[in-house]
Amino acid sequence: MMRMTATSKISEEDVKHIADLARIELTEEERRSFTEQFNTILAYFEILQDLDTETVSPTSHVIEVTNAFREDQVRPSLAPDDVVKNTAQTERGFFKAPKII
Amino acid sequence: MGDPHALTAKATVHAVQNGDLTAEECLRATLERLYDTEQRVHAFITVREDLALQRAREIDRKVRRGEALGRLSGVCVALKDNLCTTDFPTTCGSRMLESFVPPYNATVVEDLVQADAILLGKTNMDEFAMGSSTETSYFGPTRNPWQLTHVPGGSSGGSAAAVAAAEAVAALGSDTGGSVRCPASFCSVVGLKPTYGLVSRYGLIAYANSLEQIGPLSRTVYDSALVLSVIAHHDPADATSLPTPRQDYTRFLQEDLDGLTVGVPQEVFGEGVDDRVCKPLRRHLDCLEGLGASWAECSLPTLKYALPAYYLIAMSEASSNLARYDGVRYGFSQAYTSEDWNTVFSKNRRHGFGAEVRRRILLGTYALSSGYYDRYYLKALKVRTVIKGDFDRVFQDYDVLIGPTMPILPFLLGEKINDPLALYMCDLLTVPQNLVGCPAISIPCGFVEGLPVGMQITAPPLREDLAFRTAYALEQCNHGESDDRH
Repeated sequence: MMRMTATSKISEEDVKHIADLARIELTEEERRSFTEQFNTILAYFEILQDLDTETVSPTSHVIEVTNAFREDQVRPSLAPDDVVKNTAQTERGFFKAPKII
Repeated sequence: MGDPHALTAKATVHAVQNGDLTAEECLRATLERLYDTEQRVHAFITVREDLALQRAREIDRKVRRGEALGRLSGVCVALKDNLCTTDFPTTCGSRMLESFVPPYNATVVEDLVQADAILLGKTNMDEFAMGSSTETSYFGPTRNPWQLTHVPGGSSGGSAAAVAAAEAVAALGSDTGGSVRCPASFCSVVGLKPTYGLVSRYGLIAYANSLEQIGPLSRTVYDSALVLSVIAHHDPADATSLPTPRQDYTRFLQEDLDGLTVGVPQEVFGEGVDDRVCKPLRRHLDCLEGLGASWAECSLPTLKYALPAYYLIAMSEASSNLARYDGVRYGFSQAYTSEDWNTVFSKNRRHGFGAEVRRRILLGTYALSSGYYDRYYLKALKVRTVIKGDFDRVFQDYDVLIGPTMPILPFLLGEKINDPLALYMCDLLTVPQNLVGCPAISIPCGFVEGLPVGMQITAPPLREDLAFRTAYALEQCNHGESDDRH
């Protein structure tokens, strides 16, 4: 966890940490410019803190929907060739990924 | 009858069904116009003349055989390039999906084909729909057909420009925080964001699921209602699709507004809104009373919190949605040898995504990260509740709300692209409707200094009828007033 108070600024180190979490490589120049831009944008977002929401519950879905249940029926799915047609590398009909372990 | 490419969808359907024009004639006229215009405007990423011609001839065969015809017979439609199509690559305006050909069609694409529309091609957009100017597209910007030096708005800028320049009769866009209404306003066309859940999002490449809706762009309010009638229905493939019955929205259009109450929130003429867009709006408010409506000023005191709340929610959802792009199953991937997967994915995502997409993923990751979740994401969701309460309250007193669509006039290409926050501010008046889920339509409202101004009409959830009725009556009232364009 990054330590930061409401008034402190996001640092280049913080931006590097976030980029690692998001699996996005950044150049040094980008790290610098993003840090500056993020501080401007986050400072603007601070106006939200003026609004008292102590007793308010969050809204994640704005139109009320209840669970839509249906019978669990077998239906056609994509053909294996269609599934892998957009991949760069396949092996024996599977996606080929970089080494994970 | 005018040139076939300049006809409305309504007139095209009439002409094709009556045999006055063939679908092929309509298509050829539109294509001629498109090829003539494209090198200046660049509204499209992909056009498939061969497929369009094949479709037009199928429709003409149906006409000759006297078979039943769909509601969009022979209408040339353009699709934003984030709607999945098996016949066209679907790029999202991104290098990440430059060569991606989806294995299925979006539900709305199937709807258009069923209705006998002709799919012309895929339109340019801000990368992954993140932008308000169509300048973040990997394939280069679209230009505003009215002033080629200016942006067409975004993110559905290609769809709006295509319709404005008569390169298509109608188009579909997607609207996460104004992405249909902003380019509609900047290009002087009609653009609708329907109620959240009214149109299926199945096959719309996700940016921020809880906010976005697919909506039509057209040259008239009637055409907007006609296209919505084709694409609005329940779809089991989208879990947030509402169980609403199919409706013919064109039947809500009438010439007067007898008994309608209109609220004009004072905040939408407030700070950050250019007086030049307010003036034509005020002139149009005078029309309302002549049409039988009454209007009064009202207040949405929490409106100023909508923009930061919107951006925090959209960025957070984007960081989660776009996590799928690692270059393995589809999407941009670089050759690798022995690197570990983290390094390979991080390189693919650096080179596959443009700067604005990376910026939003990173800010969203930050807003959701341990220690900041409460301060940013959760706070934004709570503010969303408060804003919804504000809208619920004004809709107890008013049928619709009216104001400008955009706080500023269309700006020059390059003018704001290096200042992300200044670009975000353009969405000031269009994001509240996405947070609240209600429908909103932007209609042309004249020109200032040769640049289009749009008026936005907002209605309560599932009251598209009120939005269309108001829009149609104002459109008829203002007919012929737009002669000072050039």
